[in-house]
Amino acid sequence: MGRTLAEKVWDDHVVRRAEGEPDLLFIDLHLLHEVTSPQAFDGLRKAGRQVRRTDLTIATEDHNTPTLDIDKPIADPVSRTQLETLRKNCAEFGVRLHPLGDVEQGVVHVVGPQLGLTQPGTTVVCGDSHTSTHGAFGALAFGIGTSQVEHVLATQTLPLAPFKTMAITVDGELPDGVTAKDLILAIIAKIGTGGGQGYVLEYRGSAIEKLSMEARMTICNMSIEAGARAGMIAPDKTTFDYLQGRDHAPEGEDWDAAVAYWKTLRTDDDAVFDAEVHIDATSLAPFVTWGTNPGQGAPLSANVPDPASYEDASERMAAERALEYMGLTAGQPLREINVDTVFVGSCTNGRIEDLRSAASILEGRKVADGVRMLVVPGSVRVSLEAVAEGLDKVFTAAGAEWRHAGCSMCLGMNPDQLAPGERSASTSNRNFEGRQGKGGRTHLVSPQVAAATAVLGHLASPADLSDADVATPAGV
Amino acid sequence: MEAFTTHTGRAVPLRRSNVDTDQIIPAHWLKKVTRDGFEDGLFEAWRKDPQFVLNQERYKGATVLVAGPDFGTGSSREHAVWALQNYGFKAVISSRFADIFRGNSLKNGLLTVVLPQETVDRLQQLVEADPAAEVTVDLVDRQVRAGGITADFELDENARWRLLEGLDDISLTLREESSIVEYEANRPSFKPRTIEV
Repeated sequence: MGRTLAEKVWDDHVVRRAEGEPDLLFIDLHLLHEVTSPQAFDGLRKAGRQVRRTDLTIATEDHNTPTLDIDKPIADPVSRTQLETLRKNCAEFGVRLHPLGDVEQGVVHVVGPQLGLTQPGTTVVCGDSHTSTHGAFGALAFGIGTSQVEHVLATQTLPLAPFKTMAITVDGELPDGVTAKDLILAIIAKIGTGGGQGYVLEYRGSAIEKLSMEARMTICNMSIEAGARAGMIAPDKTTFDYLQGRDHAPEGEDWDAAVAYWKTLRTDDDAVFDAEVHIDATSLAPFVTWGTNPGQGAPLSANVPDPASYEDASERMAAERALEYMGLTAGQPLREINVDTVFVGSCTNGRIEDLRSAASILEGRKVADGVRMLVVPGSVRVSLEAVAEGLDKVFTAAGAEWRHAGCSMCLGMNPDQLAPGERSASTSNRNFEGRQGKGGRTHLVSPQVAAATAVLGHLASPADLSDADVATPAGV
Repeated sequence: MEAFTTHTGRAVPLRRSNVDTDQIIPAHWLKKVTRDGFEDGLFEAWRKDPQFVLNQERYKGATVLVAGPDFGTGSSREHAVWALQNYGFKAVISSRFADIFRGNSLKNGLLTVVLPQETVDRLQQLVEADPAAEVTVDLVDRQVRAGGITADFELDENARWRLLEGLDDISLTLREESSIVEYEANRPSFKPRTIEV
């Protein structure tokens, strides 16, 4: 019987297989950041162990880093200590680090791919659940805990329990104004936050094949929000073209050998998935969340659901709690929800295409009075590219704040946070209670919806904008 | 890791689904660089409410958490496990755990027990009716016992053995050094490297 993409990559990394034991898998790339690594390095020190493969390890600073005044000492002493701890650990153990201020610094899941380190058929881990992002390249990539970070540092391997496979086939063409973010939010709403549990998801079908690498990363990034072990997309010409010429992409004969291997990384025609989900791309529309988990979402044109409409008691209770926390009432049109803050950025939507997309809508328009908009590039490289294209000017002319690269308002660990009761439209990945700051209320949206929402002050899509919103001719 | 064989203690019911790791331990606690001192951050936002179940006098000192479905979703932060342990929990029972959280718990000796939702409901009803009821989580026999409830649970044999023995994963893996070396010798040259060594 044929094998799926995930099974092929898994099989190619088995160091040791024994009956009744988890497979021991080799890890090709280990990404580190300041939050989940200090206790792991401590463990190494206590046991007198080294980092086995510093040449397969790379670190950056992202979660704690401020996005303003980065040339000044970090104000929060606890954050500063954590960053200093990473620097000390990387120096002591010989790990390559891109600290705040470095041109390769940025959100860890933006940095890996742009350096060309994330490649098809590799195993990629990081002490961060959004490591699933790298699956967009046909890598088997997943988030791990700190004990596992220590394990990989010490052994470059992980013992891993077997997984199941799920095909998520998306056929047809995405309608205009419907993005990868809308698609993944719709998928999570369909299968639920636990729907992917135990599975490696493989996104496939004509709609997926047409997506750019960056859009594919947005999709795979949020696999974890469906509870999945990982998300993957088979590598193809789009993948190879993205990689060729990047810093760490193979060259010459190595490139040819790599591409020959990468081309084998497709699910065999006779392979059988443990579960299958089909989505008709043509039926999709801009999608937003109304609740406090990423599965609580609906098309923008819908109304806030009535908790009473849920048959399952725990879903009903969760919806009731969510509406209370979010300060929403059943039946309220989603389009009429006003926001205080708009955030464009994160490992989900902080790449250049995301910024271009938001800028194209903001060009010549203004952020609504009383709305704060933060635009935070996912990495310094993305920032430089955006500046070269003049996107920063588009944002600032519209009244948005153009910030330095980092995780920023995705997670409430750095100065960029919502105030209690404040409501955001955010291109990030989690709408959990307090995720963007204590008491903050988050609606997950695409970059396009974020930009349109910023202009109108309420949840909106670009289609809701009229030319009258354009204050100055485009291109200024 | 501390071994887990069997534990008996009082239990606290947490009737919420989709308890994500941001609720278990909010992000601002993640700036710490140690594995301890997280107990005050556990469910921090909810504990501000005096009525929250952990604040109720009758559940003080409970060591087993009986949680709703999809416990531990979201972030990979192992701090969530440390916070539960620092607070005093030895075991968590739910009908469904998020994968990364579950893996983290078992690597730290916090036993996460999966039982059918109806059994979880019965356990919650039991400890709501009688907060003094003792719940036994027995890894040797793979069984939860409380009041009139006896429920077998599954845990794969390898994970169970590691927990029962309190074995350190890294030491076990390092016994496979020769297999790792052999694998490394056969890796294709086109695989990426972060630095030249």
